[in-house]
Amino acid sequence: MWTWFYKLASPPYVFGVAASFRPWLFGAAALAIGYGLIAGLGFAPPDYQQGDAFRIIYVHVPAAIMSVTVYTVMAAASAVALIWRIKVGHAVAAASAPIGASLTLLALVTGSLWGKPMWGTYWAWDPRLTSELILLFLYVGVMSLRSAFEDPAQGDRAAALLAVVGVVNVPIVHFSVVWWNSLHQGATIVTLEGPKMPGSMLWPLLSMWLGFMLFYGAVLCIRVQGEVLNRERQSAWVREAIKS
Amino acid sequence: MTVSAWQAFWLIVQREMRLSFRRPEQLLQPLVFFLIVTTLFPLGLSLQLSLLRDIAPGVLWVAALLSALLSLDFLFKSDADDGTLEQLALSGHGLTLIVAAKTLAHWLVTGLALVVVSPIVGTALGIPIEAFATMLLSLALGTLTLSWLGAIGAGLTIGLRRGNVLLSLIVLPLATPLLIFGAAATERAVSGTSVAGALYFLAALCVFTCTLAPFAAAAALRITME
Repeated sequence: MWTWFYKLASPPYVFGVAASFRPWLFGAAALAIGYGLIAGLGFAPPDYQQGDAFRIIYVHVPAAIMSVTVYTVMAAASAVALIWRIKVGHAVAAASAPIGASLTLLALVTGSLWGKPMWGTYWAWDPRLTSELILLFLYVGVMSLRSAFEDPAQGDRAAALLAVVGVVNVPIVHFSVVWWNSLHQGATIVTLEGPKMPGSMLWPLLSMWLGFMLFYGAVLCIRVQGEVLNRERQSAWVREAIKS
Repeated sequence: MTVSAWQAFWLIVQREMRLSFRRPEQLLQPLVFFLIVTTLFPLGLSLQLSLLRDIAPGVLWVAALLSALLSLDFLFKSDADDGTLEQLALSGHGLTLIVAAKTLAHWLVTGLALVVVSPIVGTALGIPIEAFATMLLSLALGTLTLSWLGAIGAGLTIGLRRGNVLLSLIVLPLATPLLIFGAAATERAVSGTSVAGALYFLAALCVFTCTLAPFAAAAALRITME
């Protein structure tokens, strides 16, 4: 039953899996993002309060959700790597960090562009905005700790531990809108009463979310391939893989 | 001679305190830094005392965080440089226990000292005496939590050449909840509203880090000491 898990610990196997998944993930991501963009920007009705400005939601919300998801993936991969000493986990964590940091930055930038027309300011010291900013700092801390060590294996494990410690911020980002009176609006998609949004607006958004997730998977495949090749550059199979 | 875990814990705490008091300048520097930083704010802003009172809790807490951060650098450094830390790790008592003892001793000589001098700064910034009890309690809880967080950061950056900057980069994001609730508690005490919520949150953070951070810091040291 656990064979698939053991197989994932083998770098050549992971390299092969990433190579075969990559085109499919890219294709599916293009379809989902393409539908989301066309339906969201072209066909969804304008918001009764915000007009057409609300359409930035189709980039902002998926980026913000994925910034937390990628951190969780990174921390989980780090924990796996620390506990079972599976080196591929470090490769996945190292590959995820820059993607997650970029998505966090994207969420912050689109959020502040959206904030200017709606709240009248680019930035407010609001719990959700601040905790998202802290998430960005955590990504930067993990990345710079990894590169600060001369021994890459040591850097990997130090960064992995920091990633696991930093996971306490994830529930804070998620619940900040609920716990504190926040300028940022509360949950609208996943609530107990169902989505508080008409389908013509919701489906493109869900499609963008799916598309961002698939896109992350696709980019992760490329980066993991690169990381694995770099880490295993002394081994025979890499020479084989490069030759063929 | 064998010592129990409890005895070992107190022996390490005593040793750390004795060593710290033999290097008093190392203890005084963060305190002087704390006083200077809090002096800079009124000079830079040139405010009246009434306006100063509004920003005083925030200034006090930011200065306390920075000064505590400054002293984290020598938490493990000298012991790691001369090999004492390795000997302690080989002593047969778990590294978690040793880390906990060292961090507690470190807080007793740095964090608690900061709490003791804070009334001077508080008076200078115009915090009323009625708010002092809350200010002292919140600072005590906050600096203790910061010491535990700092132990993780110091453990992770121990062998690095420019570890000091990286240490701040790692610890400060994790310490932001402390700043938010600590400053909130002090601010509410100044304005005379209920401080219980913020203090409970600080206490919860303190218990959370006291129980989990020693393990994380010991794991960090195991990674970096190799």
